[in-house]
Amino acid sequence: MDILRIATAGSVDDGKSTLIGRLLYETNSITKDKIEALESASKRKGLNFLDLSLLTDGLIAEREQGITIDVANIYFSTPTRKYIIADTPGHIEYTRNMVTGASNAKVSLILVDARQGIVEQTARHLSIASLLRIPKVIICVNKMDLVQYEESKFNEIQHKLSELVSKTTFKGQTVSYLPISSLFGQNITKKALDMPWFNGNTLLGELETFEFAETLAQAPARFPVQFVVRPMTEAYHDYRGYAGKISSGTFKVGDEIRVLPTGQTSTIATIEKFENSLEQAIAGESIVMTLSNDIDISRGNSIVLASETDLPSLKDFSAHVCWLDHQALSPGKTYLLQHGIHVTKAKITQITERLDVTQQTSTTEVGQLNLNEIGKISLRTAQAISADKYAENPSNGSFILIDEFSNSTVGVGFVD
Amino acid sequence: MSIKMSAIHDKIGQFPRELEDESIYIMREVAAQFERPALLFSGGKDSITLVRLAQKAFFPGKIPFPLVHIDTGHNFPETIEFRDWLAKETGAELIVRYVQDSIDQGKAKEESGKYASRNVLQTVTLLDTIEEFKFDACIGGARRDEEKARAKERIFSVRDDFGQWDAKRQRPELFDMLNGRISVGENVRVFPISNWTELDVWNYIKEEKMEIPSIYFAHQRQVIQRDGMLWADSEHLNKEADEIPFETTVRFRTVGDMTCTAAVSSHAVDIDVIIEEILSAEISERGARIDDKRSEAAMEKRKQQGYF
Ligand SMILES: Nc1nc2c(ncn2[C@@H]2O[C@H](COP(=O)(O)OP(=O)(O)OP(=O)(O)O)[C@@H](O)[C@H]2O)c(=O)[nH]1
Ligand SMILES: [Mg+2]
Repeated sequence: MDILRIATAGSVDDGKSTLIGRLLYETNSITKDKIEALESASKRKGLNFLDLSLLTDGLIAEREQGITIDVANIYFSTPTRKYIIADTPGHIEYTRNMVTGASNAKVSLILVDARQGIVEQTARHLSIASLLRIPKVIICVNKMDLVQYEESKFNEIQHKLSELVSKTTFKGQTVSYLPISSLFGQNITKKALDMPWFNGNTLLGELETFEFAETLAQAPARFPVQFVVRPMTEAYHDYRGYAGKISSGTFKVGDEIRVLPTGQTSTIATIEKFENSLEQAIAGESIVMTLSNDIDISRGNSIVLASETDLPSLKDFSAHVCWLDHQALSPGKTYLLQHGIHVTKAKITQITERLDVTQQTSTTEVGQLNLNEIGKISLRTAQAISADKYAENPSNGSFILIDEFSNSTVGVGFVD
Repeated sequence: MSIKMSAIHDKIGQFPRELEDESIYIMREVAAQFERPALLFSGGKDSITLVRLAQKAFFPGKIPFPLVHIDTGHNFPETIEFRDWLAKETGAELIVRYVQDSIDQGKAKEESGKYASRNVLQTVTLLDTIEEFKFDACIGGARRDEEKARAKERIFSVRDDFGQWDAKRQRPELFDMLNGRISVGENVRVFPISNWTELDVWNYIKEEKMEIPSIYFAHQRQVIQRDGMLWADSEHLNKEADEIPFETTVRFRTVGDMTCTAAVSSHAVDIDVIIEEILSAEISERGARIDDKRSEAAMEKRKQQGYF
């Protein structure tokens, strides 16, 4: 059974939380006691209908203000697959939480209020979806009930949006448009009776039929060593296993490998998963690898195939970053850079661009990058990192920046 | 109903293996990033699952951190028995600390009234234990599908000196990169099965043929009826005059203290029937926990105080 990870996006009050509540409700994913709790909470708020957004807005502050502040992870499943939905905040102040929620998503649901059409957040979230290279975007034109389910209104919004989309999209991304009403359950899991003019799928239909061909297993083989297993017991006296999660590609027993950054080579002797020995393992699997000879490997090293000529090794490079901290990013500052599990120091040598996500333009000669801004930087690391270009191999092309003093995660980067 | 049942059968027995890979990765990050981690073991199915994942993560080596149990004194005897068996079976170190000691030391005060439980008190003992052993990371079995405040929690959840959770200042967690760096005095709660649902846990237990405490299966027990739910009779339960114990067949869906975990009427004697029951159940798992019902924001408030 596969897992499809989804993230919501769109401006404040566009109905993201309500939409997710509706999806859960219509797929029978909410138990009776939770519905009862919802009924009484809705009543306390003086509403005469079920406020489905209360299902995900779990924090006291969120319910008081009626907005989402932090990402909530919601789960449901159908006979087809398991779904994990990150319900993200729409408020610009919490863009960093939106990026966090979207970082693992294969589908981005971008909501647009039918009365308002495109707003600044629509453009921002479209660019973020492309920056993260999310393969599928579904634009949900919500609150169609408030525009009398008029086809012309939907067409007008779709028309304007497709112009914007043509500027943000990349090859391999599909974008579709759906008219919906989250409040009244139109086109969520059931065809919209009030919009007979719409011939497309329902939202659930789109999700159920989305095939995200796992290209990861075909990508270049990358195995970051997380932990060295050395039992030093009698039975396993000389055992030395390299534990980790394969980030991309495929490894087979007998493959000649190379360790980065040391350059040493060896052959894969075994691939193990607990008590089982495997012939091969692919991206996403947590395994233990043993090699035919003893070489010096430690946590943070990467194992790749020896046959590869174009080795991923970067010390001076440029990247796009999204800034996540209140204290701005300024050139010349040193941070800790974490690529996968490998941590090294990094100096930001220059901020070369700042993206204006609403206009899809950029400015050069940038002094600093503030919270929630996206820009392009040049940086230099103390040790080389074994990263690929994000666009070519996303699972090995991103990193985070950590403030050495506060220990917070302050930025996320995508290798250019 | 018939549509629902067929949908139920479609879902049974499918555990997404991706979840196990992700959790093992998290276990290994804990061992690598922290100096003194511990696995908080309650004896419930979620923490049993954690032990299994830890076992797999470091095999053929041993689990490189101790199992820590905060014993409230209100545990089911079956849980304690199981805990000791599991520690032996896996060869992991077991550390037990008692809420009773915190009460005797005057650090915690026993609650009174018919809803008295030691659920809140265990936070005191937990924080003392963290301090005693200088644990910098505590692994717990919380899942995001359990409760709406939990749904907001990160996998590495940083707590301050007092174990407090600040929902508004959580670290962004991007892709699968985990940042466990902390300052002196801070510690991290780690939730490797954040993305599992109750059903995933049961399917995993089934596929892995794991042992679990006997109280998860249907058995005869003396119970009382309270607030429409069944409560195990014991010396720890404060009963009112009209709450008269009777014997019936029940099982527990979640295993916490005897004073705050309700039983469900059930004849499920094997795991397949348990899974079917869960799929058709009308009440969520946490609905059987009186500690959450105290107020709508009960969980968030307890977490702010340093609760798990
Ligand atoms: N009429 C109508 N109202 C809707 C619809 N969907 C949502 N709403 C209402 O819009 C308001 C905001 O909904 P939420 O779901 O909280 O919006 P959100 O996008 O999650 O907001 P943030 O998370 O704070 O960004 C609520 O009052 C909803 O009841 C819809 O389809 N039609
Ligand atoms: Mg919301």
